[in-house]
Amino acid sequence: MSDDLTQSRLGAMTYDPAPESAAIVTFRDAYGLFIDGRFTDPSSHDSFATINPATETVLARVALASASDVDVAVKAARRAYETTWSKLSGAQRAKYLYRIARLIQERSRELAVAETLDNGKPIRESRDVDVPLAAAHFFYYAGWADKLEFAGYGAKPTALGVAGQIIPWNFPLLMAAWKLAPALAAGNTCVLKPAETTPLTALLLAEILQQADLPPGVVNIITGDGTTGSALVDHPGVDKIAFTGSTEVGRLIQERVAASHKGLTLELGGKGANIVFEDAPVDEMIEGIIDGIFFNQGHVCCAGSRLLVQESIADDVLRRLVRRVDQLRVGDPLDKNTDVGAINSAAQLARINELAAYGEHEGATRYTSTCVLPDKGYWFAPTVFADVAQSHRIAREEIFGPVLSVLTFRTPDEAVAKANNTKYGLACGVWSEKGSRTLWVAQRLRAGVIWANTYNRFDPTSPFGGVRESGFGREGGRHGLEAYLDVH
Amino acid sequence: MSTERLEVRKTFKLLINGAFPRSESGRTYEVTAASGTFLANVAQASRKDVRDAVVAARAAQASWWSQSAYHRGQVIYRLAEMAESRRDELAEHVALSEGLRARASQLSVARAIDRVVWYAGWSDKIAQVFGGANPVAGPYFNFSLPVPSGVVGVIADQDSSLEAFVDAVCAPIAAGNAVVVLASEQRPTPAVLLGEMTATSDVPSGVLNILTGRTGELAPTLCAHEDVDGVDLSGVNEAFADELALLAAGSIKRVLRPGRGDASLARLRAFLETSTVWHTIGQ
Repeated sequence: MSDDLTQSRLGAMTYDPAPESAAIVTFRDAYGLFIDGRFTDPSSHDSFATINPATETVLARVALASASDVDVAVKAARRAYETTWSKLSGAQRAKYLYRIARLIQERSRELAVAETLDNGKPIRESRDVDVPLAAAHFFYYAGWADKLEFAGYGAKPTALGVAGQIIPWNFPLLMAAWKLAPALAAGNTCVLKPAETTPLTALLLAEILQQADLPPGVVNIITGDGTTGSALVDHPGVDKIAFTGSTEVGRLIQERVAASHKGLTLELGGKGANIVFEDAPVDEMIEGIIDGIFFNQGHVCCAGSRLLVQESIADDVLRRLVRRVDQLRVGDPLDKNTDVGAINSAAQLARINELAAYGEHEGATRYTSTCVLPDKGYWFAPTVFADVAQSHRIAREEIFGPVLSVLTFRTPDEAVAKANNTKYGLACGVWSEKGSRTLWVAQRLRAGVIWANTYNRFDPTSPFGGVRESGFGREGGRHGLEAYLDVH
Repeated sequence: MSTERLEVRKTFKLLINGAFPRSESGRTYEVTAASGTFLANVAQASRKDVRDAVVAARAAQASWWSQSAYHRGQVIYRLAEMAESRRDELAEHVALSEGLRARASQLSVARAIDRVVWYAGWSDKIAQVFGGANPVAGPYFNFSLPVPSGVVGVIADQDSSLEAFVDAVCAPIAAGNAVVVLASEQRPTPAVLLGEMTATSDVPSGVLNILTGRTGELAPTLCAHEDVDGVDLSGVNEAFADELALLAAGSIKRVLRPGRGDASLARLRAFLETSTVWHTIGQ
């Protein structure tokens, strides 16, 4: 690994700082819960701080919703369902959703900055991916609200009622959009619980719902921790639970609702295989591998965290990857040139550190970027492990961080067998110029989403979700409506 | 001397390729309100105007279809936003043209705008509702995609000056077609107003071309034009439709017959083709 390619640097080329101004967003000192169209008094709740993981400074305090707060929110949602939302025509629901889409577009820069501050992700991603996709999601499902009879779920599909929705911290606003838009389009009302470490864009979304004049109680947003989510899952007034998060918590939730009639969809963890054949287009493939694992600091359930590369090109691919990893710009998430931002929390950083250390312990070869990490905040230098065996923890467990495990294969059969050798089944990538083989492999992969010669593509029209322990149910597309409709 | 302000009256023109020309023939004809009072001297398009509009539509269609469905949906939705803010003006002309009371014309305009919103939502759903994978018996990945026919000629309804017009033009446009439409001969002004709104709603030039004139003179030219892929005859009477459909057969056009446009999806399907791709599967 010491030839010219590996040694090459950008040389004299450096970038001046290009920070996006944080002045566009103003957070309140403290937020109450958004219930029945209004924010409750923050002083009436226990509260906790949400911080900027890049600086460890407090951004705001948010309310910790108790079980009785959850009860109030669910009752507000029920009342709204029975008195207003279920009385509206699909065309009327559509108009509210179009308004929300437009308001997100109008306030997109503010939302992007807020997301980057609260989450630690690069502004380039929050600005170009999270926020535009959130708006697009509302726009897309707005169009379904008055066309449900054409969606393939019967002549008169009806709503389920009150949906309890629990979302993760990796794409806070986007996950809120993925949950709310189809639920509202299908005619449900919602109680949404944002993640403990990233509540702020959901609270800005609450302001947007007010600007849209959405009827009170149709969407209720309650911040809190695991106890809040637990109370929501257990509440007898909830007709459906939609959860995105870890397989561990998903399993608990499934157990908790097992003896009830609540609907359930789960979008859980993954250990995505990115399969590279020897005829893959090299430059696109390297960028795709990088994007597959380092996008959003690897805090992506469908991340391509296992690279399966054909043996004949393995040395060359590894050499190029290590060089590229060293060129990733790690640092200030608000800098428009930043590729990799901050790890979202101290707890997540500890888990990544633990698993990476285990990778070395089990004998894998570690390459870590030589980038300089900031003093304050939570950071992890992009890392590639070579010589990984299928039995290694870093090949089996979801790291949810910027760590790539490289394995090799010789034949398409072996690639498929290794890719499927996991309890997960969310997403895979296949890189080859031979379309027939890509489709042959895709047919055999046990995964909900398969990307060919690309990775981490998302679109409101495209269903997303897993098989096996990556969960069940789909978000996005016509298929995403099913999760919120009473389909007989 | 009266102090009452005199209104500034507008010349109603054609919409061809994003511009608002008078007819190249220089002709106009008088349109009266339902009450019989003078309403406007609208442009009386010629057969040459029809051919120019078809050329513009053909050029615009490829780029319109090459936009993402999401983008096309947003553009059509933008048209609804523009129409919403000019609701009163539309309602005034619908009332004058159709002889409706104010309330009835306002409701008609509201329905028409909501219809634009409905079609906006269709642009990125058509593929999912009308397309799909086909489980052929063999090692092939086989899927069918709906694609637009191309240039659609519309003979608009003669009575419903805005509501039927919106249905007739928005359906093919949402499906990715470009349109040349002959507005209602005696009630053309609401259609012309809607055309003006496309200029501020990012509808690309040439995607919607609106002609006013003598239907009997222009419709045969439009329906016989070899570079038109389909015609919507749902707005004309049966006898005239038979005549026009015969002309359309000359270049194997898709024809939407009278009485068919009311079925909710008939308009969307009328000017969609199915494109099927077979791709091998194998190591």
